[in-house]
Amino acid sequence: MSCYDCSRADLFRRAVARAGRGLPEIEPGMPLPAGTGMTRREFVSRTAGLALAVYGGAALSGRAFDDGIAEAASVAAAQQKTLVTVFFNGGIDGLNVLFPAGDPRYYQLRPNLALPQTVGRPFTEDDRLRWHPAANGIATLHDEGKVSVMPAVGYDNSNQSHFTSRHYYEVGGTDASLRTGWLGRYLDHVGTSDNPLQGLTLDVAMHPSIATAKVPVATLAAADQYTFAPPGLPPHPLEASILQEAANIGAAHAKSSEPGLATAGQIAYDSHHLYYGLGGIRSGFSSPVQYPSSSDPFPHRLAGLAAMLAAGLPVRVVGLTVGHFDTHATQATTLQRDLQLASDSLLAFQRDLEARGIADRVITHVWSEFGRRGAENASGGTDHGSAGVGFLIGTKVKGQQLGSHPGVTSGLDPAGNLKPSADFRAIYAALLEQWFDVDSNAILPGVSAFARPALLK
Amino acid sequence: MGAVPEYHGPFGKQQAERLLWRAGFGARAGEADALTKLGMKHAVHALTRPAPYQLIGPDPHDERNRPLAPADAFGHDHLAWLDRMVRANAPMIERMTLVWHDWFATSNQGVASQQLMLNQIDMFRGNALGSFKDLLVNVTQDPAMLVWLNGNQNVKGKPNENYGREMMELFTLGANRGAYTETDVREQARALTGWRGSVVNRQSTGFTFDPNRHDTGTKTIFGQTGNYAWQDSCQLCLDHPMHASYFVSKLWSYFVPTAPDAATVKGLASLYAGYRVRPVVEAILTHPDFYNGPRMVKPPVVLNAGLLRMRGRYIDTSAWWSLSAQAGQQLFYPPDVGGWDDTRWLDTATFRARWFISAIVQGADTPADSPSDPVQLTTRAIGFWGNPTITPTTQSLLQGFAKAQLKRGARAADVETALRRLVASSPDMQTA
Repeated sequence: MSCYDCSRADLFRRAVARAGRGLPEIEPGMPLPAGTGMTRREFVSRTAGLALAVYGGAALSGRAFDDGIAEAASVAAAQQKTLVTVFFNGGIDGLNVLFPAGDPRYYQLRPNLALPQTVGRPFTEDDRLRWHPAANGIATLHDEGKVSVMPAVGYDNSNQSHFTSRHYYEVGGTDASLRTGWLGRYLDHVGTSDNPLQGLTLDVAMHPSIATAKVPVATLAAADQYTFAPPGLPPHPLEASILQEAANIGAAHAKSSEPGLATAGQIAYDSHHLYYGLGGIRSGFSSPVQYPSSSDPFPHRLAGLAAMLAAGLPVRVVGLTVGHFDTHATQATTLQRDLQLASDSLLAFQRDLEARGIADRVITHVWSEFGRRGAENASGGTDHGSAGVGFLIGTKVKGQQLGSHPGVTSGLDPAGNLKPSADFRAIYAALLEQWFDVDSNAILPGVSAFARPALLK
Repeated sequence: MGAVPEYHGPFGKQQAERLLWRAGFGARAGEADALTKLGMKHAVHALTRPAPYQLIGPDPHDERNRPLAPADAFGHDHLAWLDRMVRANAPMIERMTLVWHDWFATSNQGVASQQLMLNQIDMFRGNALGSFKDLLVNVTQDPAMLVWLNGNQNVKGKPNENYGREMMELFTLGANRGAYTETDVREQARALTGWRGSVVNRQSTGFTFDPNRHDTGTKTIFGQTGNYAWQDSCQLCLDHPMHASYFVSKLWSYFVPTAPDAATVKGLASLYAGYRVRPVVEAILTHPDFYNGPRMVKPPVVLNAGLLRMRGRYIDTSAWWSLSAQAGQQLFYPPDVGGWDDTRWLDTATFRARWFISAIVQGADTPADSPSDPVQLTTRAIGFWGNPTITPTTQSLLQGFAKAQLKRGARAADVETALRRLVASSPDMQTA
């Protein structure tokens, strides 16, 4: 009868580590300083110097932070593996992303929304299935052997609340009380206390999947402008000193036993040191490939990420979000629009990584909180379902589907939702073990019960 | 039936400030001191049982002195509501309206009609401290909500589950408490069938209940069977044994950052007789945890309205809506049906927007008679904002800053305006 866990906000009210509060904005595209006489260590120190200032408020000296990032980066340049997670927000309709064109039942369930057998390209691993035309970018990569498709990923007794099911995926288990993310626990396991870039959210707020209990992580919203001169006002003669003093006042409160003051103080401190750290290096970045032009920040964030990775910044796990896939109504246009943007952006990102010669270091994991109902509703949309579609993208992935598509004739449960043929926890465990070489049992509770699929070439 | 614990500690300026910030939009100069003279209970009643609603002060306008167009101009909906937050003689009515906007979070992103959104907010305002049953029944047939959660497309034979699910998960019962099943979601959707109407080119047309679209069959909801219609859907949720505990705990979370203990939940639930909101709010605002517990971060619009009130300034620029959006809260555009996350207001991006808001409320005004004394300068800078309580930690740093700047040869007037900026952006002012 207790209501303490009623809402998502309540769940996370106690969950969010203050370690994740800062947002180091990094000069992503700064070229390696060839011929300047700088060492990589010095380069990284200067590039990420803001990060040490931002996060140095803990027990470490700035110097230790500097060393930590430099050390992590020296490893990163050679062999650091990165896992990028992309959240398709709202529960994407997997049954129309990879649609069962060979299944007559599909056309009965979806008289208005079913895609005709003539559109999209065939899915080369299963001749019953075709790709939504807007997913052409992902299909292209698939045909190059760089995409492992999960045609029906989920879990038994799927929860159909956005907030709850998403939470399960974020924490890596069907446990509403878990407070750290599955990637956050990985970072707590292998990360360091001096490298916040190890867990990077490229979004307006930290992704709960990256929430740690021990080590610092970073969030970066808009990469391109971080100025503090108030718009529309004449410059203040003491502007720089005001910023400095705001940071000083923040630092004085950051250790307060009063949590509100401590958070506000830490953020003031972080913000201004972020600003100072950026200094003259906030000049944008260039990309070797063309990304989709969009008012949506997703492609630009991916472009910035590729540049950061190419610069050797020590990023282990990354979280991004794209789309409005909760298509209860007028699904056809929304899915077309958002899937096109997501798919084209992911193709550009992969091409970018390849052009920069770092594609072998990166796997992108695409997930959504659930799939949608087999039958369409009367609103030109679909309601919340169970198993949905997911992808692993990269030159190192095996490029073979994980689980098979159960079809909609015998593959639906009594409620009309797709049955899972792969469990997300098994995928997580396999990623941790095969990509990151760690024991996933220490990170994912209860995961020993799941067989691990082979993910890599 | 246990009574809800009551706070018996001192009710001084700091307690009055917390009450005014959490139950309204901060304190105008002198307001907190005046409130202390009433004592806690009467101070709370002054907010929860206000005089007839009126707006005091000049009408809002943009930077070119043109009136606002809340139903038509983008962002003017936000500005018009911010104006009410600044000018209302009954700030708690506006604060509760904001609570309902978050509780039944509807975004014009999906509705595409500022007028329908304004109508919904007016409905919340009219029920701000009234009956939760009225709120639920009204929002269930509210055109903006019907569009937002597809109630207008929920038709017999092919129900759309969107509204029925969120009605239980977010509005009345809560997820993962065993209060309802997926079958209940489907059956609720059937009971809620029948509404129609749409928004075309920002104009609403044809919002009505159409019996031909309603499923008149038998439904089984929460184990009870009947030929339920939409009113029954609402009532079944309200009658559910787990509704009251959800309601009081969620309401509590808007005012107190720590969870209520079990006895408090029980006591508050017993006050929720007849779905009345006001007695529950009054018990929360007089609870020991409200005054003894930790600070809460002020939501961006609350901070913005509060800073304007502290300065006695009114809406005279359209800058606020976009700055508030950058700070994480554009009114009429909550992030999703779950509303805003009160635990996530502050990061380095939103801090920057708060910095701009406080600087622009302050403006370019420069005093002509600044003294060359650090202590006096600090006192004057705090006085500029109506003498809010500032921690000794911050005050001594401000004095140190003033001293150092004067020593470096800075003009006293510049030091004073710098101090004003530092007061408004301090951790003290971000929290209450």
